[in-house]
Amino acid sequence: MFPLTEENKRVAQLLLNTGTCPRCIFRFCGVDFHAPYKLPYKELLNELQKFLETEKDELILEVMNPPPKKIRLQELEDSIDNLSQNGEGRISVSHVGSTASKNSNLNVCNVCLGILQEFCEKDFIKKVCQKVEASGFEFTSLVFSVSFPPQLSVREHAAWLLVKQEMGKQSLSLGRDDIVQLKEAYKWITHPLFSEELGVPIDGKSLFEVSVVFAHPETVEDCHFLAAICPDCFKPAKNKQSVFTRMAVMKALNKIKEEDFLKQFPCPPNSPKAVCAVLEIECAHGAVFVAGRYNKYSRNLPQTPWIIDGERKLESSVEELISDHLLAVFKAESFNFSSSGREDVDVRTLGNGRPFAIELVNPHRVHFTSQEIKELQQKINNSSNKIQVRDLQLVTREAIGHMKEGEEEKTKTYSALIWTNKAIQKKDIEFLNDIKDLKIDQKTPLRVLHRRPLAVRARVIHFMETQYVDEHHFRLHLKTQAGTYIKEFVHGDFGRTKPNIGSLMNVTADILELDVESVDVDWPPALDD
Amino acid sequence: MATEPEAAEPVVPSLVDRYFTRWYKPESHPVLQSGKTIKSISYQISTNCSRLQNKVSGKFKRGAQFLTELAPLCKIYCSDGEEYTVSSCVRGRLMEVNENILHKPSILQEKPSTEGYIAVVLPKFEESKSITEGLLTQKQYEEVMVKRINATTATS
Repeated sequence: MFPLTEENKRVAQLLLNTGTCPRCIFRFCGVDFHAPYKLPYKELLNELQKFLETEKDELILEVMNPPPKKIRLQELEDSIDNLSQNGEGRISVSHVGSTASKNSNLNVCNVCLGILQEFCEKDFIKKVCQKVEASGFEFTSLVFSVSFPPQLSVREHAAWLLVKQEMGKQSLSLGRDDIVQLKEAYKWITHPLFSEELGVPIDGKSLFEVSVVFAHPETVEDCHFLAAICPDCFKPAKNKQSVFTRMAVMKALNKIKEEDFLKQFPCPPNSPKAVCAVLEIECAHGAVFVAGRYNKYSRNLPQTPWIIDGERKLESSVEELISDHLLAVFKAESFNFSSSGREDVDVRTLGNGRPFAIELVNPHRVHFTSQEIKELQQKINNSSNKIQVRDLQLVTREAIGHMKEGEEEKTKTYSALIWTNKAIQKKDIEFLNDIKDLKIDQKTPLRVLHRRPLAVRARVIHFMETQYVDEHHFRLHLKTQAGTYIKEFVHGDFGRTKPNIGSLMNVTADILELDVESVDVDWPPALDD
Repeated sequence: MATEPEAAEPVVPSLVDRYFTRWYKPESHPVLQSGKTIKSISYQISTNCSRLQNKVSGKFKRGAQFLTELAPLCKIYCSDGEEYTVSSCVRGRLMEVNENILHKPSILQEKPSTEGYIAVVLPKFEESKSITEGLLTQKQYEEVMVKRINATTATS
């Protein structure tokens, strides 16, 4: 059933004459159901012509006599020239930069520049899908995003004004919202084609994105007149190549007065020589997150790579020992490692370990059973005795929030081996066991002052437990607030952490060894191994 | 049999030596000689400038007072009437001065390498290597001091 009615005839005729394709004609006639758009282009053209009951000769006559006032003289001459060249009454076009064009006899639509002509048909979609399949991504759904050149909005605006004027003659109104959007119609047609070709549904929430960007170099300057009339819409932004973005162009079109627009831009829009070019076809998968807890058994391992002036100071790092395996298995481009706080190179992490989360960027493989994750954990654990990992699991983006919370709010417990300059007896350290919720003030330790702001941090030592070792050594177990510098609490950092073990005991104290005994966060959920 | 010394040598280097390298000017300050008692210390080095007013903010420590080698850091007043001005000796931005020595000046003499510090200075990044030119390492300093002591004992 042809979707146009008698009421649409004049507008349809006008648009067809001025070089607009059948699907765009449907859009301007408010055809808002999918089926008509999905029919093949040639069929639509034939049906349209039948509907208009227009023969070739009449078509030529319409163009030549009398020409609509707004067609520029130059174009008229061009079209007349072409008519005389190949007496078929059609303007022939060369398709520069098009990917699939069977019929070079068809106009390039003056509104969509070929988008709703060849670029929504099966052949083009097949080409895109070939690229998607070649990219090696694993996916069960996809979201399709398409980007059109900004000048399409300008042409759309001009066509709207033309149609509005024509309908005005019939005492009919045409609001901007009565017209079907180009992108919407494009998706109506292409989504089922993608689904069929790739065998997966289109889902707006999918993490896997296929994006196609179109450009039309020939008409790039179509937008430029807008800058003169609405200069405040086009402010140069640092990261953008062109000031004429889709948003800026839309904004200007909403502002510009009809008369001003018509003075500067041909209405109807002129017919271009070539269709759009495909600037890029890209696939990307949204990041996936893997979390777990790590133990660190080495006193010679940094958490992140330690590189100064391009030279690696210490071999490997906690981050690399875990992430390198994940990067390989998930076939990701890169990773971001975060954890609930961290420990120094020479500090071990014992107990249940420290929670961490790794963001895997643009992973090509994303589906893993819990068995496969368990095996991955085993692989990591077998590859190094410096670290061990537990509770490895896939999580959502919320993971990062949990990390931060763990770092800033949750208590930690430690075990420290302390040396004293003065000889001590068991009774000299017993009083420490009775101190609860000790408030301390810590200035930014000198050893990190070069990269942290100078500040005083109030912290709480919740409880302490001592174990006498000998006259100059004892073990201290302590539970502290998040963000407490333990080493500085022991040696006092030149008196800049007060009170400290040295000042409490009236000795000079130093810390020989430190271990993290627990990070008191119950996330990620523990898994039974 | 030797008696147990008051301070036992730790198995590991001291806090200062673990995190820092010692550099010296070839001098021995009178305040650190035995017999001197410090009455008070002041960071007011001129009518308009007090080192206590030094305020730095942010990761890049904006607002710090800039110090040249001769810039005065503090004035030390001794009980015997002598007055000494301690200068920065290094170029850089003043991070902080030690307020603890205001309350208990004796720690400057008792713990000159740790709690008795006077100031923390951050040199310009570009000057971080050249800043130690003209200063002595601990070993060099000890050699110079030994030579001086031998020279004075020889002449006395």
